[in-house]
Amino acid sequence: MSAPNDQRERKHWMGLLARSRPGALAALWRDFPEGAAHAEEPGITWLRRPETGMVMVRGRAGAVGAPFNLGEMTVTRASLRLPCGAIGHACVQGRDHEKARLAALVDALMAGPLAARVDAAILQPLAAAEAQTRSARASQAAATQVAFFTMVRGE
Amino acid sequence: MDAAALSGGFVNPAIDAARVFREVLQAMARPGRIAHIGASPPPGLSPAAASVLLTLADDTTPVHLAGACDSAAIRDYLRFHTGAPIAGREDAAFALGDWEALAPLAGYPLGSDEYPDRSATLIVELPALSAVGARLTGPGIRMHAQLSLPEIDPFTANARHFPRGLDFIFTSGDAIAALPRTTRVEAG
Repeated sequence: MSAPNDQRERKHWMGLLARSRPGALAALWRDFPEGAAHAEEPGITWLRRPETGMVMVRGRAGAVGAPFNLGEMTVTRASLRLPCGAIGHACVQGRDHEKARLAALVDALMAGPLAARVDAAILQPLAAAEAQTRSARASQAAATQVAFFTMVRGE
Repeated sequence: MDAAALSGGFVNPAIDAARVFREVLQAMARPGRIAHIGASPPPGLSPAAASVLLTLADDTTPVHLAGACDSAAIRDYLRFHTGAPIAGREDAAFALGDWEALAPLAGYPLGSDEYPDRSATLIVELPALSAVGARLTGPGIRMHAQLSLPEIDPFTANARHFPRGLDFIFTSGDAIAALPRTTRVEAG
């Protein structure tokens, strides 16, 4: 099967696609010129059409404690095969069937010769947007941090 | 995972599954009635058996694969389309295979007196299915019916466990018939 590195990278981009904002993936796909050739329905064989369901998200208290059910999350999953034989799977946050379709398309294209182009045109912008959101949120939270001079912070 | 095992699910899952469920229900309600259903199966599985598994199996129903049905293609097919865990015969909710592989019928869960429904349903792949052979009488059958069962004695032995016991779905190509535990089987 694929080397551990490939699996880790695939996990990374499947996660990026899954967490992408609604419409962001569609906008990036619209601007991706080679995308149109692969997006045609007759060329795609659906292995699983986009279907929406719920998954139970579990967490661990403090990352090392006993697992508990955090809550249910809506996900949409899809699997397809391109004419060249590459298979793409997607499991994305939310109910957007189009997002699941595009995520599966991108996953399938990453297995083929267009991988570098897809990475530059779609995955990098998604990663950049996610990093920006995360740092904005962190700096907002940091602005509210209070330093106590008389108490030792528990770190 | 082999690409061939991934294809062949229901084209329209909601409608196709409802249709297959209806046919299985009718087959169990009217033993001896042969109906026709079909999804695209992986190699080694009949269309009718594939349809039954796609409709009824999910991640809460362990499936036991017997004999030639215990192939990588069928395991992958089940795992991808239904999420059903593969199990040994003692834990099976469904057992799939041809008659020689599934027999003898010892070892499958028969249910308990409080929960007789917690038993296995055997999906038996037959080379042919027709309304000749063993004579069936009982609930859901007007007068009598006939079905080409592979043997007689295992079914009469199964009836002795009532209300516990096994239920059977017979498939051949796209034909399906069923035998609930309430039906009396005699030589035809």
